[in-house]
Amino acid sequence: MINGADTAWLLTSGALVLFMTPGLALFYGGMVRAKSALNMMMMSFSAMGVVTIIWVLYGYSLAFGKDHGGLIGDLSHLGLGNTLKSVVGAEGHQVPTLAFAMFQLTFAIVTVALLSGAIADRVKFSSWLFFVASWITLVYIPVSHWVFAPGGWILSHLGALDFAGGLVVEINSGASALALALVIGKRKGFKRDPMRPHNLPLVLLGAGILWFGWFGFNGGSALTSGALAATALINTQIAGAAAAITWVAVEKIRDGRATTLGVASGAIAGLVAITPACGFVNPLGAMVIGLISGSLSCWAVALKYRFNYDDSLDVVGVHGVSGLFGMLMIGLLATTTANEFGGDGVFMQGGTELLQRQTIASVVVALFSFFATLALAKFIEKTIGFRSSSDDESTGLDQVYHAETAYDFSSISIR
Amino acid sequence: MKLITAIIKPSKLDDVKSALQGAGVAGMTVTEASGFGRQKGHTEIYRGAEYVVDLIPKIKIEVIADDEAASDIVETISTAANTNSIGDGKIWVTTVDSVVRVRTGEKGHDAI
Repeated sequence: MINGADTAWLLTSGALVLFMTPGLALFYGGMVRAKSALNMMMMSFSAMGVVTIIWVLYGYSLAFGKDHGGLIGDLSHLGLGNTLKSVVGAEGHQVPTLAFAMFQLTFAIVTVALLSGAIADRVKFSSWLFFVASWITLVYIPVSHWVFAPGGWILSHLGALDFAGGLVVEINSGASALALALVIGKRKGFKRDPMRPHNLPLVLLGAGILWFGWFGFNGGSALTSGALAATALINTQIAGAAAAITWVAVEKIRDGRATTLGVASGAIAGLVAITPACGFVNPLGAMVIGLISGSLSCWAVALKYRFNYDDSLDVVGVHGVSGLFGMLMIGLLATTTANEFGGDGVFMQGGTELLQRQTIASVVVALFSFFATLALAKFIEKTIGFRSSSDDESTGLDQVYHAETAYDFSSISIR
Repeated sequence: MKLITAIIKPSKLDDVKSALQGAGVAGMTVTEASGFGRQKGHTEIYRGAEYVVDLIPKIKIEVIADDEAASDIVETISTAANTNSIGDGKIWVTTVDSVVRVRTGEKGHDAI
């Protein structure tokens, strides 16, 4: 028996989460230099195309088909043809399988799109498309099975908590982004030339769309439309807001000015940190997570200069670090008063067992994502080539790969 | 004939333009320019990383005038563009060999 209210919210959430990817395109597109802005946005938009095809053909089935050893699904839902009338979910809260498949598809899209931020301005577009298809297959699908699918080892055996994708989306993308940045190498002129964001209003618009879409991301992950979705929703708002404030507070104290890029980045860091925790903590717990994650990621984005890797748009510093932080904070702040199916953290009279499980899950996913992506990226580099030629990078990828220019700066050039 | 070239702060363009019009100057060419002098650049901060922006936006004004009018025009620009702070700009005067008005073919003084 399909639950109409739950289904309506899940369908809405799928649309909300899909909207995050164009939002990400604006967020990232505004942050790069004008000469490769379209390429940056194209990496997000093309992910919507490639991942959708994979998800329908075999992706959903491998991720959410019948479990094999806690590691991977099966091929029973190839093409989604046999899911047209089926349902998923607990008794009383059943939703159409296709609503759930659509919702999960939008997660896969935005996660791989996130990775493009680590390799801005310097990879071949065709290689990116190949990477998207192979990364979704080899890295995303297994991790999402472990965490989200009944029978997956993290969900069903280890019992670590991840409400909306702290492992699947945030740690997964952060660790993979680090591997990608290491294999691809630095942009020409990294640390020497100013590579300031070419359009901060676009960045702010993108951040706003991401924030908006995140309500579907986190609220929808309740898979029901009741109190749990409301808890996730308000916790999402609290953490994003708190982190936006702390990021700019750190900037004001450290650099002398509160920046618009800072307020946008802070909001995203808070939203990332609350993603795994939003359905397991109470509102004040969400506030603590937000307040700390804003300053933590503000500090973490400087690591790339110290360790000399060009994670261009700070996927590691924002998604990796705040995602890991949010996962671990569940071990401290989770409370069964927020979610009876969750757990109690160290500060909620729950002991250290949950924190241990959160740590194990985070470390294993981070290591798997990092090394699998490292191997995949090196394979692509050795075979079809991954990095753009030096000349193409200097010219700007918009012109080279897309035969377009983002802005008509001059009234002289075209008449 | 003289070519008077002035580099000024973008925020002073309207003042300089009105002052020149008030002084009877019949035409000018305005170009957006970038550069640095004693003012050097400024620092911008993105996610904690400092970028020195050394080429800062300026406005370049060019006016062609008769020899005897040139010094008054320089004075007018200099007064109107002055904010008494670093980065106010520079004005220089060069000699022009010939001028032609495209529409009529008039030359020299008549073309100004």
